[in-house]
Amino acid sequence: MIALDRVSRRYGALAAVDDVSLTIARGSFVALVGASGSGKSTLLRMINRLEDPDSGSVTIDGRDVADQPPHVLRRGIGYVFQQHGLFPHMTVAANIAIGLTLTGQPVGDRVGEMLDLVELDRDVATRMPEALSGGQRQRVAIARALATAPPILLLDEALGALDPVTRDAVAGRLVDLHERLGLTTLLVTHDMAEALLTASRVLVMDRGRIVADATPAQLVAGEGGPVAQSLMAVPRHQAERLAALAR
Amino acid sequence: MSAFLDALGRVPPLLAQHVLVSMAALLLGIAIAVPLAFACARRPGLARVALGLASLVQTIPALALLALFYPLLLTLSGLVGGGIPALGFLPSLLALTLYALLPILRNGVTGLTGLDQSVLQAADAVGMTRAQKLRLVEAPLVAPVLAAGIRTAAVWTIGAATLATTVGQPSLGDLIFAGLQTQAWALVLAGCFAAAALALTVDALIGLVERGLATRRRRLWIGGLAALALGCGLATQPLWPQRGDQPREVVIGAKNFSEQYILARMIGDRLTRAGYRVSYRDGLGSAVAFEATAAGRVDVYIDYAGTLWTTAMHRHDSPPRAAMLGALKDWAATRDVVMLGPLGFENAYAFAMKGDAARRLGVRSLADLSRVASRLTLGSDLEFLDRPEWAAVRDAYGLRFANMTPYSPTFMYRALGSGRADVISAFSSDGRIAADRLTVLSDPSHAIPGYDAVLLVAKDRAGDAKFVGALRPMLNRIPVEAMREANYRVDRDDAAKESPEAAARWLAKRVGL
Repeated sequence: MIALDRVSRRYGALAAVDDVSLTIARGSFVALVGASGSGKSTLLRMINRLEDPDSGSVTIDGRDVADQPPHVLRRGIGYVFQQHGLFPHMTVAANIAIGLTLTGQPVGDRVGEMLDLVELDRDVATRMPEALSGGQRQRVAIARALATAPPILLLDEALGALDPVTRDAVAGRLVDLHERLGLTTLLVTHDMAEALLTASRVLVMDRGRIVADATPAQLVAGEGGPVAQSLMAVPRHQAERLAALAR
Repeated sequence: MSAFLDALGRVPPLLAQHVLVSMAALLLGIAIAVPLAFACARRPGLARVALGLASLVQTIPALALLALFYPLLLTLSGLVGGGIPALGFLPSLLALTLYALLPILRNGVTGLTGLDQSVLQAADAVGMTRAQKLRLVEAPLVAPVLAAGIRTAAVWTIGAATLATTVGQPSLGDLIFAGLQTQAWALVLAGCFAAAALALTVDALIGLVERGLATRRRRLWIGGLAALALGCGLATQPLWPQRGDQPREVVIGAKNFSEQYILARMIGDRLTRAGYRVSYRDGLGSAVAFEATAAGRVDVYIDYAGTLWTTAMHRHDSPPRAAMLGALKDWAATRDVVMLGPLGFENAYAFAMKGDAARRLGVRSLADLSRVASRLTLGSDLEFLDRPEWAAVRDAYGLRFANMTPYSPTFMYRALGSGRADVISAFSSDGRIAADRLTVLSDPSHAIPGYDAVLLVAKDRAGDAKFVGALRPMLNRIPVEAMREANYRVDRDDAAKESPEAAARWLAKRVGL
């Protein structure tokens, strides 16, 4: 269980995250939705201490994340972000295995298994990241994040840079992996449709605060308040126009 | 052509020293600049200060930077009670290292701050410690950029190392300086050719390393490094310790003009015949030569009584010759230098004019000169105007010239010949005075002290009877006419021009040695 207790993070006068308290149950798939600058990425990055809160605390299974050195904490949390961040001077295999080699664990067939898991050809293991397509790179980044079998997966706009078809395929793959590996997954996105179609719980952030906490079904039914419903307007309108076209 | 081939024959031992000092400076520069670059990349304030200082160093001419380390190290040595060599390898190493810093530092900082932020963030996110991030991500990604900086630094250092000659560190500059001074262009060419070839080779090999790092071809960069190491090893072969316990070779010092080169070769020939191995440290600055002998880095050289009297002993009077030599001998002994005695001729500063011009203006003495000086231009050698002798003459006769221009000695005579200078600060033993029919102005007030050429020996060698025995016959043996002619043989620029070696053999025969 991940718990945030009255967490705030300020950049000068601006409060990126403003006094947020929240618990995320083990095994849940939670989406964090909001406009740019709503504080959703900052909130996510405080869980693996890429940022530290100015006040309040973050705990995982009752243990404060600040109690251990950041690199030890991060080794237990998978993290994927928009710009994939693959190491350009390492092969795909070395990238995927990096979490294992850092801690001196045997790599064995883990790279192959991870490539299977993200549905990439095992041949790409020897390639350099620059020789891959955008979708392939993002899958490698996901494989890298999951190679050490962490219980938690943080996705920071992880699908944002992909074309719609690839994006849909990778999103489907993520939901599948979440189920199979029993992960606790947190997905940050500005795309409400993506949140609705992947998560079982959707949090809406606005100006550093959580303004809605609902299931996709509740949001579709018009609940969750004005900010959530303004974000719902885009996919709803698109769906209506598509339905009209079909008629 | 054969002169050029002869000059090339002198390259190997100098190349060895050149490679040694420039590569040592480069390695030290890398050892300082690389960690500093990483520290700067994390602290922009430090980067501004470090890059600012490194750029500032770059604006100091290399020659001046080298020269500055001499008084600096001398003072430092005095503070800690001696033991720090102020001449030779150490000051050259330090000055060249400072010179090498900027390109490495600048490329390192630029490379590190330009690294893809998402890659650095990923390094944190996968759980790398700071050391792992440095070793596994930052270092390999910045390596090609750093290598490019090191390549630039290497070329600069190899070029600037030619100037190390002036502070007593042997380098390919020895050939260039000696050649410029005696107008032996084959020597200049050989020195430049060797330095350029060295720079291009090192540049190409580091370029190979750089390309290997950039394209992640391990064999290429390891091969490049191995070739560099092998090359440096082979080039420094003349410096490797010799088998067996050969006696330490004798180092003969010479300042930067023909007479010094000739006398150094004459000393060298005599010592070689007496069974010593000799090497020459040519092109030493005036102050450097004595200090190097006091420190035992030079074993023997020729200096001039008046020079030491004014610049080293800081005396302003002009006592009679015998009293002056006696005082000089006593003073030298306090500095661990033994003055064996005078060679028999003087090489004094002598104001000279073209004979016809002197007659036209009615100038025969310095006193006459002071009447017309305000319409004339003085051409001097490079150091004369800053020497106490000039101050003494100027004040004694009230000399005020319209213009004063320093030249290297050879070009000073040319300036007089072409009319760009009306009066020059010539040297009384210079063969060109007679050859060019110059009028030497007399010094009725005795403002200029005596300039007996004296033979100076480092204390360690003065106890060696065979050594001293080989040199003693030179004392009081060389008349100024013989020296003038020997000098002219080297200084003339027609087909009869000789090398200092040949002139030394001629002089020995002429004086019956």
